[in-house]
This record gives sequence, structure tokens and C-alpha cells, in this order.
Amino acid sequence: MVKKVIQKIRKAAISDPDFEVSTRQLPPRGPETKPMTPVDKDWIAIVAFTIIILAMPWWLQPLGAAYPDLMQKFAIYGIFALGFNLLFGLTGYLSFGHAAFLGVGSYAAVWSFKLFTMNIIPAVLFAMLVAGVLAVVIGFISLRRSGIYFSILTLALAQMCYNLAYSVLTPITNGETGLRVLRDDPRYLDAAFGTEHQGVLLGSLFGERMVGYPGFYLCAALLIIAFYIALRIMRSPYGMMLRAIKSNQNRMIYTGFNPRPYMLTIFIISGMYAGLAGALLAITDPLAGAERMQWTASGEVVLMTILGGAGTISGPILGAAIIKYFENIFSALNDSALASAFSFLPHSVQEFVVTILSPFVGEGWHLTLGLLFMVIVIFLPGGIMEGIRRTYRFLRGHGRGSKSQTDLQAAE
Amino acid sequence: MDALILQILNGLDKGAAYALIALGLTLVFGTLGVVNFAHGALFMLGAFCAVTMQKLLTLSTRVRDESITFFEAYKEVPYLESWLGDTGRIIIDYSVPLSILLTIPVMLLVGVVMERGLIRHFYKRSHAEQILVTFGLAIVLQEIIKAIFGANPVPVPAPPAVAGSASIGEWFGLGPAISYPWWRLVYLGFSLVILAAVFAFLQLTTFGMTVRAGMRDRETVGLLGIDIEKRFIIVFALAAIVAGLAGAMYAPILAPNYHLGMDFLVISFVVVVVGGMGSLGGAVAAGFLLGILQSFASMTEVKSILPGIDQIIIYLVAVVILLVRPRGLMGRSGIMET
Repeated sequence: MVKKVIQKIRKAAISDPDFEVSTRQLPPRGPETKPMTPVDKDWIAIVAFTIIILAMPWWLQPLGAAYPDLMQKFAIYGIFALGFNLLFGLTGYLSFGHAAFLGVGSYAAVWSFKLFTMNIIPAVLFAMLVAGVLAVVIGFISLRRSGIYFSILTLALAQMCYNLAYSVLTPITNGETGLRVLRDDPRYLDAAFGTEHQGVLLGSLFGERMVGYPGFYLCAALLIIAFYIALRIMRSPYGMMLRAIKSNQNRMIYTGFNPRPYMLTIFIISGMYAGLAGALLAITDPLAGAERMQWTASGEVVLMTILGGAGTISGPILGAAIIKYFENIFSALNDSALASAFSFLPHSVQEFVVTILSPFVGEGWHLTLGLLFMVIVIFLPGGIMEGIRRTYRFLRGHGRGSKSQTDLQAAE
Repeated sequence: MDALILQILNGLDKGAAYALIALGLTLVFGTLGVVNFAHGALFMLGAFCAVTMQKLLTLSTRVRDESITFFEAYKEVPYLESWLGDTGRIIIDYSVPLSILLTIPVMLLVGVVMERGLIRHFYKRSHAEQILVTFGLAIVLQEIIKAIFGANPVPVPAPPAVAGSASIGEWFGLGPAISYPWWRLVYLGFSLVILAAVFAFLQLTTFGMTVRAGMRDRETVGLLGIDIEKRFIIVFALAAIVAGLAGAMYAPILAPNYHLGMDFLVISFVVVVVGGMGSLGGAVAAGFLLGILQSFASMTEVKSILPGIDQIIIYLVAVVILLVRPRGLMGRSGIMET
């Protein structure tokens, strides 16, 4: 109990400059039940998360989203957003060029398919390696500055990668057509082991082709691992250092720490997460195009993180799923679908509603996305998780949750 | 030698557009302290003001075609032409310069509404949040334009009086090889006038002096009893108008499409950073510098040595500048240091 309080105070003192130690924030003493330590809570979080993710095919059924292609997207973009959040949520450094890592990861995975084997393990490792190397380069340059300069530098470097992928690097990226796996690619490892491929070329794990449900479970398993690692990073002293960078970098420097190595490390980790997501995109659909690297794609991952709640662990995954879900639903809608959806209304009202709504669906999905972006930033900067927490606190009666507790509750 | 001069000229008009956008960006940034990712969208809105003007002027009616006598034939004739005859035709030809008359009130309105409705509430919030909300706004604006005008570029013709090329080389006795489209020359002149006007406004008027003081030290200006926030509306509207005019006049050079703003925005931010955050002169200088560098990099001689350099030169310069001179070419200390 005492240990927990000390831990809490220590954490809050670092992460929150306005924190004051007061007895009011001590938990009430009562007949002792053994309190849960944060570590216990984390285990509960991980187990709960695993169950929720693996049970997605069942509980998404009523939402009409329980088909593997979409659930794969949820998991893949969940990994992407999770990695982005490690950088943005913990340190406050807003990278506007994260899509570069995603794109590079995709290219690397496809090249691994072309050169080595259709087995996905080398593809994933190779993609993470390449994305990590790119992150070292970009991070080394852009982390020299902070704040808006950092955002612009990452944006500029990612645009540079995108432009290069479209122009000079065409031999590697196949330019506008996109890089795809071909039947007469060398695949030296497969040739050495005498593996034959029948039918459409797809990534496989020891013979099991990664499409449909196996593909989903692969992505889900990697998402759970990624979640676990992210949680460990957030809870570790290293994670605390990163929060310290966010709250007051100067103070940290005065204490004798150099923030640069910490920042570079998390930037690389974050880039490798994105590379992993890119590799999974290439595994589930072996075609890599440069548009994955465009800065609108970088904006999308920022939106996912913000929507879910930056700095929380499950928020970004939730945000990614919501965005992908609505993208899937909204972009498929058209006027006739809208008309049938509102057919219960009187005819004139129905026509009016359809006219109002039609610019927001189908082709106009991006308009909805932009509006959503603005609404979230304006009214709910903490994202959905913040909304849930506020509702929760409101229901429990106010004043109980102190600012420091929200940090510990992040896993919920 | 001729090729060099030609490339400098080619770079100038693009540089002029960069300079005008970057000027507005850095003005808003220096005074309001707001990072406006929707500034490129304002440029795009200006370009579509020119498109709208052209469409408005050429609103047509169907009239009987008298030249065909065998059967009843009809042709489309713009109202202006049927009302005013040749005068109408001349007005239509000059739709782009005339669109300035439309652009200024529209951009003024857009600027004021944007500042009052959205930006004002973000003065006190973090730069990350400012970037995010204006990024969302930029998407919304560009999607609205896409819904109205479609996804394809809409070509807007320059007035026929300035359709050809000016043989600049002969004016200066450098040989006939150097020629330059008239409209680009007009654009260059126009942007120089705008730049001069903005600088004169800031340097010579009391209002401008207050704004510059606000850029230096907002707090002290506030302590002196000046309500700087009121002036911010005007500064923001001014920046919007400058971006809009730059866009409207640029329409004949590059047929506007809905993602024009995003394309220019990234480069304009790089321009601002290279010039130095909060330095108006730096933004203009860097705009022209990067425009010219970009056009040099697209020379075939350069490209044969360094393939792809034309695609990345701007970003490369930005990276080098930020690493060598972290404050940019003319940046002062104390602005956006954190």
C-alpha cells in the first residue's frame, strides 16, 4: 500500500509539474483487502485485451465488421497507431512523417518475398530492420529540433521519401504501378529448399497461407505482442524518462539526463512498429504502393491516436479501429443506400436528409474525416478514452480521481 | 549562360508564389503564434476564386446560330457577350485579373470567419493541437472544393493580350534564346507589388508598427494597454488575402485542382523554416531562393549528375539549413525556440 502511494507520488511528481503532495490524495484506510499493484492491473489489462482481440470475430458480428479483411486492418492500423502513440503520447513530439516507415516496411516485405522466400518471418524481420534504419536516419536529423520544427522536419523528410519512391527509386519501388510479387522472381531461399508455390502468390507461414482468418490471427497475435511491449515501455523507468521529456525537458536536462538518446530510441521503436504494420499490410495483400507514404497517411495515424486518446495505451487501437470501421462503412455508402436507410421517413423529409448527407459518404468520406478531426481536437483533446474517463468519474461522483490516478488508469 | 538566366527566370515565378504564401504563414505565426496548416488551403481557395470568376463571366445562354441556315442550330453565347457585345468579350478575356475583385472580399470573409470561429480559441493551446485542428480544416476545405469543382484540374486561360512569350533576352541584348511567358512576368510583377504593399503597411503605418511590436514581444504590448487580439483579426485576414491573391493569379500558370493547397503547403512551411520563423524578410528571401534552386535542380544537366535531385532539393536544403543554422537564414532568437 505504502509502496503504491510512493510510486504514485514519484510518478506524478515527474509527469505533472503542478502536482502537490497532499494527504487528501491518499487512498482511504479501511479494513485491508490486498490492493492491486499496477503490475497486477497490467496483467489484467493484457489478459482482457487478448480476449477482446481474439474474440473479435464473435463480438463484431452484430456490427457487421466480422470479416477477416476488415479485422486485419483493425489490427494492422492498431499496431501503427500504438507505435505512433509511443512517440507522440509519451514524449509529445508530433511526427508528421510516420507513413514513411509504413511504406518502407511494405516495400521491404515485398522485396523479401521477391528475393528470399514467401515465408513471412523473414519479411517481417526485414521490414522492421529497414524501417528501423530509416528511423535512425530521420530521427538523427529531426530530433535535433523540437516542437513545430520537429513536425516540419519529419514532414519534409517523409515527403522526400515519397517523392523519391515515385521518381528515382522506381527500379526499387516500381513507381506508380506499385511493387508486386511475380512468379518468376528469384526467391533464393525457396529455390534452395525446393518450395513450390501454387496459385496466387501470398505470404505464408510454413505452408499456411496468410489470407482470411489465419491472416487475421497472425495480425492479432502480433498486435497483442506489440501491446504488451508498449505497456512494458510505458511502465518502465524508461517510459518515465520519456514522460519527463514531455512535461519539462529543461528540468530533465538540469537533473543530469541527456534526452537525446532516449528520444532517438523511442523514435526508432516507433518507426519499427510502423515498419511491422507496413509488413503486415504487404503480407495480407502483397502489393506496395508509394501512396502509403503520402503525408495524408501520416495525418491519418495522428488522427487515430488523437481520436482514441494520445498517451493512453488502448486509445490509439480503439481510434484506429473506429476510423477503419467508418471508412469501410461510409465510403461504401451511396445515395440509394442512404435512401433505403431513411425509408421510414416521409418521402420529402427522406429526400432532404439524403441530400444533406450524401456529400459526407462515399467519395466524400474524407470530408467526414476532416470534420471528425476538428471536432475531436476542439471539444475532446483527450480523445475517446478521456471521454470515457470523464463519464466514469462523473458517475462515481466527482473529486475521487486525482490527476495522478488518470495515469495509472491509462491501461483500463 | 543563357540557360542559367532562363532557369533563374523560371524559378522566380514559383518563388514568388512560395514567398507570398510563406509571408502570410510567418505573419500569422509571428503575431498570433498559430501554426496554420490550412494556409495552403487558402491559396487553393484563391485559385478557385479565379475559376469561379471565369465560370460566372462565361455563364451562357442558348441562342439561334444565324450562320447556319439549313436547319435550326443553336450555340452557347455568354450573357455578357450577348448584352455588351465586344466589351463583354474583352471582360471575359480578362477574367483572371478581374477575379482579384472577387478574391479580396471572399478571402477577407474567410479569414475573419476562420480567425473568429476557430483560430481564436487555439491561441492558448499547444502547437500540436493547432497543427491538428488546422490540418482537419484544410482537409474539410479541400473536400468542399472537390465536391463543387470535381477532382480534375480546371484550366483557366490568361488574357490573350499576355498569352505569348516576352523575348527578355533581346531587351537586355543577351540574344533571342531567352524568352519568358508574359503571364509569368505579370505574376512576378504582381507579387512584387503585393510584397511591397504588405511591407509598406507593416513598416510605415502605426498599425503595422503595433503588429511588429506584437511579433517581438506580445506581453509588453499588452501591458502597454494595446488590445493586440483585435489587431490579430486584421493580420489574419491580411494573410488570407495575400494567400488568396497569390492563388488567384497563379491559376493560369498551374491549372488549379483541389489538392493544390496541400502541395504548396508543405513547401511553404519548409520555406518559412529556411527563412527563419517569424522573420518576414527571411520568408520572402527563402521563397525566391528555393524557387530558383528548384528550377536549377530540374535542369537536365544537373539531373544527369544527380538523378532525382529535382524532387528532393527543397527538403534537402531545409534539412541542411536547420542543421547548420537552426534558426533559419534570418531567424531571431526567442521565437519558437522550444
